[in-house]
Amino acid sequence: MLRKIVNLVLALVLTQFLAVSLGHAEEGVTATEIKIGNTAPYSGPASAYGTILRAAGAYFRKVNDEGGINGRKIVFISYDDGYSPPKTYEMTRKLVEQDHVLLDFGPLGTPCNSAIWKYMNDHKVPQLFVYTGASKWGDPKGHPWTMGWQPTYHAEGFIWARYILDNIPNAKIGILYQNDDYGKDYLSGVLDGLGNKARDLIVKQQTYEVTDATVDSQIVNLKNSGANVFINITTPKFAAMAIRKAYEIGWRPTQFLNFVSASISSVLKPAGLEASKGIISAVFLKDPSDPRWANDPATKEYIAFMRKYYPEGDPYDIFNVSGYSCAQTMVQVLKQCGNDLSRANVMRQAANLRNLQLPMLLPGIVINTSPTDYYPIEQMQLGRFDGQRYELFGPIYTAVSRGKQ
Amino acid sequence: MQLPASAKEIDTRTTGLRATRPAAASHARLWKLVGLILTLIVAYLLPLGLSNYQAFEFTQVFIYAIALLGLNILIGFNGQFSLGHGAFYALGAYTTAIMTTRWDIPYGWTIIVAGVLCLIAGFLFGLPALRFEGLYLALATFALALSTPQILKYFDNWTGGSQGIVLDKPSVPLGLPINADQYLYYLTLTVLLLLFLLAWNLLRGRVGRAMMAIRDNPIAAEAMGVNNALYKSLTFGVSAMYTGIAGSLGALAVAFVAPDTFNAFLSINFLVGSVVGGIASIIGALFGAAFIEFVPIYAQEISRAAPWAIFGVVLILFMYVMPTGVAGLLHRVLERLTRRPSKESSADNVVATSPAPADPGASSPARAASGKHE
Amino acid sequence: MSALLQQVISGLSTGGIYANIALALVLIYQATGVVNFAQGEMAMFSTYLAWTMINAGWPYWLAFFTTMVIAFVGGVVIERVIIRPVENAPVLTIVMVTIGLLTIFNSVAGWIYTYTVKPFPSPFSSAPIKLGPVTVSMQEVGVAGVSVATLILMYFFFQHTKVGLAMRAVVENPTSSRLVGVKVSQMLALGWGLAALVGAVAGMMVAPLVFLEPNMMSGILIYAFASATLGGFNSPGGAVVGGLLMGVLENLVGTYITFIGTELKLTVALAVILLTLLVKPSGLFGRAAVTRV
Repeated sequence: MLRKIVNLVLALVLTQFLAVSLGHAEEGVTATEIKIGNTAPYSGPASAYGTILRAAGAYFRKVNDEGGINGRKIVFISYDDGYSPPKTYEMTRKLVEQDHVLLDFGPLGTPCNSAIWKYMNDHKVPQLFVYTGASKWGDPKGHPWTMGWQPTYHAEGFIWARYILDNIPNAKIGILYQNDDYGKDYLSGVLDGLGNKARDLIVKQQTYEVTDATVDSQIVNLKNSGANVFINITTPKFAAMAIRKAYEIGWRPTQFLNFVSASISSVLKPAGLEASKGIISAVFLKDPSDPRWANDPATKEYIAFMRKYYPEGDPYDIFNVSGYSCAQTMVQVLKQCGNDLSRANVMRQAANLRNLQLPMLLPGIVINTSPTDYYPIEQMQLGRFDGQRYELFGPIYTAVSRGKQ
Repeated sequence: MQLPASAKEIDTRTTGLRATRPAAASHARLWKLVGLILTLIVAYLLPLGLSNYQAFEFTQVFIYAIALLGLNILIGFNGQFSLGHGAFYALGAYTTAIMTTRWDIPYGWTIIVAGVLCLIAGFLFGLPALRFEGLYLALATFALALSTPQILKYFDNWTGGSQGIVLDKPSVPLGLPINADQYLYYLTLTVLLLLFLLAWNLLRGRVGRAMMAIRDNPIAAEAMGVNNALYKSLTFGVSAMYTGIAGSLGALAVAFVAPDTFNAFLSINFLVGSVVGGIASIIGALFGAAFIEFVPIYAQEISRAAPWAIFGVVLILFMYVMPTGVAGLLHRVLERLTRRPSKESSADNVVATSPAPADPGASSPARAASGKHE
Repeated sequence: MSALLQQVISGLSTGGIYANIALALVLIYQATGVVNFAQGEMAMFSTYLAWTMINAGWPYWLAFFTTMVIAFVGGVVIERVIIRPVENAPVLTIVMVTIGLLTIFNSVAGWIYTYTVKPFPSPFSSAPIKLGPVTVSMQEVGVAGVSVATLILMYFFFQHTKVGLAMRAVVENPTSSRLVGVKVSQMLALGWGLAALVGAVAGMMVAPLVFLEPNMMSGILIYAFASATLGGFNSPGGAVVGGLLMGVLENLVGTYITFIGTELKLTVALAVILLTLLVKPSGLFGRAAVTRV
């Protein structure tokens, strides 16, 4: 009897092993389908970002309606992780082991991606175009299965710092940043950009938590520090509050605003257009609420797409532009794969994007990747808000992402 | 709002542990024993029929169950209240993360250290918390939960700040013919069983009686010579220990810790699990854990657009059907099954509720939640 | 000195936000004996309703008062339909139901209105007012003013009207109230309605300052909870004072305890509250618990 049980157990264990080891060939791809997974915060503190992946999902629907990719339709499975790393890990395992997706596209959030970083690379599943600006994602040697998409936070901070050094001779810098990895990445970019001048130039740093009700107190402190440059590293709601409060208490520094919150419709308008005048931001996407693009065919097409495929979303929200563009990058990679939709080839093609122009990227900005360059978008241009739109000025900066220095 | 009827139910259930009723009790015990053994056999064979991902899901359930049991000991058996157990979960998780990655200490030891640290931390926190009751205790503990992420970020030399710490998953020892996920399953299941056994032993003995006496009527307990302050702090410590061990296992299972994990929502989630499972119950912790693990996942399957609306609806429906939690319902069903003669049952009720104070709601856990002053 | 003053004023204005929600929390607690976790989300949802009306071209005050009416009716309906089945269950069970309501409101609001922040108009001008070295906006003064006005109205209602007295009686002792002819369950429904109404007003006052989005109340609710506890959960006046103190305290800690700075300001503020409660366990203005033996 006992022996029988032991045998049974061993047999069960063996079948398990076989099931696992056989499961790998051509995951997530059939003659008619490509399965793509994703995790995003549709609930919880970061749910404002959820719309990015909803827009991306909507774009995949559009692609499917137009015939799919080489005859295959995209099946996009996106799970809510509430911005909680253990949940991301769990849902990602579900995607890989239960839903058998080909790849994980655009998982959102630095801590969430950190939680699955090792898992994805151990299991050799592409973790593509992760939606975070942390600089650690461009590490082809250590983590060949993970790639970022947007310009890194570090790079943007670096660009501001360089601009300040060149153009604002007696700068006294006050910084407000969100107390997490995102804020600290920006901060380190600014510090690296300022180099050894950082200690002299930065007169005050203030932080806030996402649970804070307002940032009034921090703005008052920054004003009182005598700063004449204000670096505003905040998410949209807090950015709008900070801009308005600074204006209300009569503080008029040169303001730098991170592109996360550069949206005219969802940040600058709520904050007050008058209060937002003069804000400098590094941009790489066309803002659909910018009148300059009102007649741009690509922008019109994008707006039409939003109306048709994602009518409940706000077409003027820059996050949606971003999700749309990111999904286009994904589609390009899949197209390049042709019929070889193995995970290895997906990574090869993702690292083989040459001068890819996307309709909603600023003119002159292109996507380039290579087996040693895992940073798709590295170019940005500075724009100054004139009360209506961003007046672009200066060169297109190609940021040196930290991983490559 | 005092609610004699339902408060009585809780008391019936808990005091049932020691109520003596010869015939019915032996029946019930037999039923329970058979159920327990069957469950155990299924639990140990289960991973062989599961995918790795499913094994991992159950591992999560076991981990939550340990944490919830800690909360049940505190709320259900001692009448204290906590909205801050996420903090102890974090302490346990970071203890393991730091010890295994920095000092290369085998993870097995770190689980024990996590438990001991949380026992001490919980005891120390329990001392000043003695001054608080009801809502004020809720706030005191909630403050702990709220501060946790900030404190973790502040001491970034130790905690890796907001970047968190990546751990190694425990590898399978002794060349056992199972994979890492199955091993984690067995590891957590075994720890869970040990801790459940410990809780059962603790609660049915002298200590447990003292704890429940304090819950039911602190003044009477004190008068009978129970050192309320000591027992309440000790309960807080034991409760924190359970949650800390869960945290430690949680860190191992996910192989990653970061401050964003340990937000206030985690603590509220624990409370939800605890109440859904049944606060004054050991086994209830398992049901509660299954609830907080699986309901959000299935809610997503039902509605992609608003999964948490589904979760809310399910939670509310659960409360309608089982106002005293899953364990409360099971208990009633079990009672129906085991004692048919109705006369006996009414007699039983008298026996069971007699230790309860004249105003049963006055110090019950229900009261702990409301912080009602009369 | 002017820096200190400015921080205090700014703290008072943030504290006004906390006070508004804290007041609603205390009110529902007084009227029903339950802490309503969904209080913030109900307020948020009401504010979205007002936003919808204003966006449809309604005048502000029409939208304002219509929302108040809807909120009141909504609160009553929630009590009748959703809370009633668990009316006699343990309080923790009722609290769970309110947590369920919280996730429902939050999720549905996100679904209908998306998570993009929306500006919400204010009846007060946002023009800065200079008071010596300090600048405040009419908006901030307005928010504080409304919370004080609500407080006075509530005080009057609970202390000097028959219905208010009946509501207090129901919470103190439902059985005796029933015996003297008070309709207990009607009073509970009325309590929910009033709390929803006060919450809606608070939401519409706060939204112009913190912007309208589904999560706008989650942070504030936490502070409001702390404020209400600090002030004493059975004292509406305490809730207002607690809110204002909380706002000021947090700012001063962030500004003047430099080795802590803004990163731990919430932690320190909470620690201070806990220390206060250690000395005065039922809050600054709360009545101590009297336990019957």
